[in-house]
Amino acid sequence: MSYQWNWSIFSSPVPTGETTYFGWMLSGLQTTITLSLCAWVMALALGSLMGVLRTVPNKWLSGLAAAYVEVFRNIPLLVQLFIWYFVLPELLPFGLGDAFKQQLNPLTQQFLSAMVCLGFFTSARVCEQVRAGINSLPHGQKNAGLALGFTLPQTYRHVLLPMAFRLVVPPLTSEFLNIFKNSAVCSTIGLLELAAQGRQLVDYTAQPYESFIAVTLLYVLINVVVMTLMRHLENKTRVPGYLGGK
Amino acid sequence: MYDFDWSSIPGALPFLWEGMKISLEITVSAVIFGVVWGTLLAMMRLAPVKPLAWFAAGYVNLFRSIPLVMVLLWFFLIVPQLLRSFFNLDPNTDVRLTSAMIGFALFESAYYSEIIRAGIQSVPKGQVAAASALGMTYAQAMRLVVLPQAFRNMVPLLLTQAIVLFQDTSLVYMSALADFFGAAYKVGDRDGRLVELLLFAGAVYFFICFAASQLVRRYQKKLNAHVAH
Amino acid sequence: MSCTRKPALIALAMAALFAQPVFAQESPTLKKIKDSGAIALGHRESSIPFSYYDDKQQVVGYSQELMLKVVDAVKAELKMPSLAVKLTPVTSQNRIPLVQNGTVDIECGSTTNNAERGRQVAFSNTIFIIGTRLMTKKESGIKDFPDLAGKNVVTTAGTTSERLIRKMNEDKKLAMNIISAKDHGEAFLTLETGRAVAFMMDDALLYGELAKARRPAEWTIVGTPQSFEAYGCMMRKDDPAFKKVADAALAKAMTSGEAEAIYKKWFTQPIPPKGLNLNFPISDAMLKLYKAPNDKPFE
Repeated sequence: MSYQWNWSIFSSPVPTGETTYFGWMLSGLQTTITLSLCAWVMALALGSLMGVLRTVPNKWLSGLAAAYVEVFRNIPLLVQLFIWYFVLPELLPFGLGDAFKQQLNPLTQQFLSAMVCLGFFTSARVCEQVRAGINSLPHGQKNAGLALGFTLPQTYRHVLLPMAFRLVVPPLTSEFLNIFKNSAVCSTIGLLELAAQGRQLVDYTAQPYESFIAVTLLYVLINVVVMTLMRHLENKTRVPGYLGGK
Repeated sequence: MYDFDWSSIPGALPFLWEGMKISLEITVSAVIFGVVWGTLLAMMRLAPVKPLAWFAAGYVNLFRSIPLVMVLLWFFLIVPQLLRSFFNLDPNTDVRLTSAMIGFALFESAYYSEIIRAGIQSVPKGQVAAASALGMTYAQAMRLVVLPQAFRNMVPLLLTQAIVLFQDTSLVYMSALADFFGAAYKVGDRDGRLVELLLFAGAVYFFICFAASQLVRRYQKKLNAHVAH
Repeated sequence: MSCTRKPALIALAMAALFAQPVFAQESPTLKKIKDSGAIALGHRESSIPFSYYDDKQQVVGYSQELMLKVVDAVKAELKMPSLAVKLTPVTSQNRIPLVQNGTVDIECGSTTNNAERGRQVAFSNTIFIIGTRLMTKKESGIKDFPDLAGKNVVTTAGTTSERLIRKMNEDKKLAMNIISAKDHGEAFLTLETGRAVAFMMDDALLYGELAKARRPAEWTIVGTPQSFEAYGCMMRKDDPAFKKVADAALAKAMTSGEAEAIYKKWFTQPIPPKGLNLNFPISDAMLKLYKAPNDKPFE
């Protein structure tokens, strides 16, 4: 094959001159990490709330949470992203959509849409893990909490959730890793995250393989770092006496 | 307010259906291959032979650390050449579908192997001991004792993963292969009606995946009832 | 397409592999086409009116018709009138690797001939010349590039327009917010939904987007062209014999007036799928190109 390798491309300046192509990669990496972390915080908060709602003894609330999960789990992320960015602002009432589109910096708009999209998408998965965690606790724990005079919210707060969260750390780790990988899809709305910077490098330099290799390695690197951190957390939160606990 | 114009959709239905067939083909082939190769990987990972376990762990971790978009891109660029040089294919054979299928299958098998490993580990150890006491080899114990039980417990999880996989096929737009999403996008782009076509695609995906996940749930209930009795 | 090959052919291919010097004078691409009995064409899917699918999912367009002229020339050169034609859709991201790895032998779409790409692939004679301009709402009051100061402007990622407008933004301190959309369709959607006041792109493609718009009468194309670009067909590098066949076929089409007829068909008359008319009159640069075909990039 007649491919001309050129690894020094990363140290050459970009056309506008303010940085090198390596600088582009780094800024993409930064966006990927910021985006994923923000979306993760949102997913964790929303997902926990919905996970709790799915287990409460109220048909309306648990039904609402179940519908929430079905919507966000059964539409491809790519389509959801498109809807958040292009369609939703058109449907908002009272000029809110126009305000979003015209007042905000376009890069902020892309970032917010991507974050909200990833956040909601992942929250549906977090919700299912949290629900599974709560449901895996023996029934007696909830009854014991109530018998001690705790209200239902207090029982959740002091008895069920502290245990459930420790149990679901391992499955949440894999959702946390997924959010970094899923963020690669956000390049389709023009957000300049890692995969998009890689593509931009291809467009500007016509050196596709160098770019793809660099992007792939950076994702592996993110993965290794996150896995190491989470393993640490898993060791700390492990519940003695449970499977996997020592 | 946005003025929607759905007039592009009726004429494009045959093209969209062709796309849907490609999405389904990729899903089915990746599920079948993914379960087979995933089972082998899971058994390797649990096998007492260290190099096998390392290979399987390395494989699974590598594939699970790279976004599917990047995996597909790599496969699309590299696999066609490998296929050609290994099988001496006619250079004009269209290998895009094959390379997408292989990419998905290898990627998904990493995920399937984790599900299957958990399933195998959920079978009590005493059963393997009992099997070897009966004179079975490791392979026989796996095939006749462990896997049949493990699979029954795993079927709902495997099917749920298949639904995820079906949604993920939308990412083959990377290779200009017209799966259902790609077909919808192309029609929308050509006619300047992207919003309408993608909303339509979203509705179709939702309908299919929702129906499928309800079926899985019903099956799971039946299974639980069966186990309880 | 048959996948089985005679052992003799494999032996021949192996011989070709190990006996490079003997075949050095010949074109590897022509040889591949001859051996396989088919020529592999790369095309775009929604690059109106250059290369796209019509409503019957047939590939049509200005560049596609010129590419078929090259196919005719290859048929004549190899004396294979029944040569099979295999079409492979390509994207702006994978088109170069696909030409290099032999998936396609030639790609005619809307690919700009420039120096970076020239290192990876060879370009044929120029098939089209565009100027980079702006599309905006008629009532926006934007007449030319300086009017964009402080506004949101959209362009398509990876295009020359993107580079030019970023550079202009830096050099002239215009304080524009530049949005890089993934493709022309999304870029126009960004303009249409009011996220940006103008869309900078190759004028021919802007006319294509305008024709697709919900209300074509609302939009206009303005501004002094910021650059001119030459579209060419891509082929594998270091295959002068194949390039010669392609160049000669394109030059013949241009000097004989065939190319101008093709231009009129795609740019000044209703085209599929919806009978749109781009109303894009032929430029002086194009007329000059048709008189004197060449393969020079504009940079």
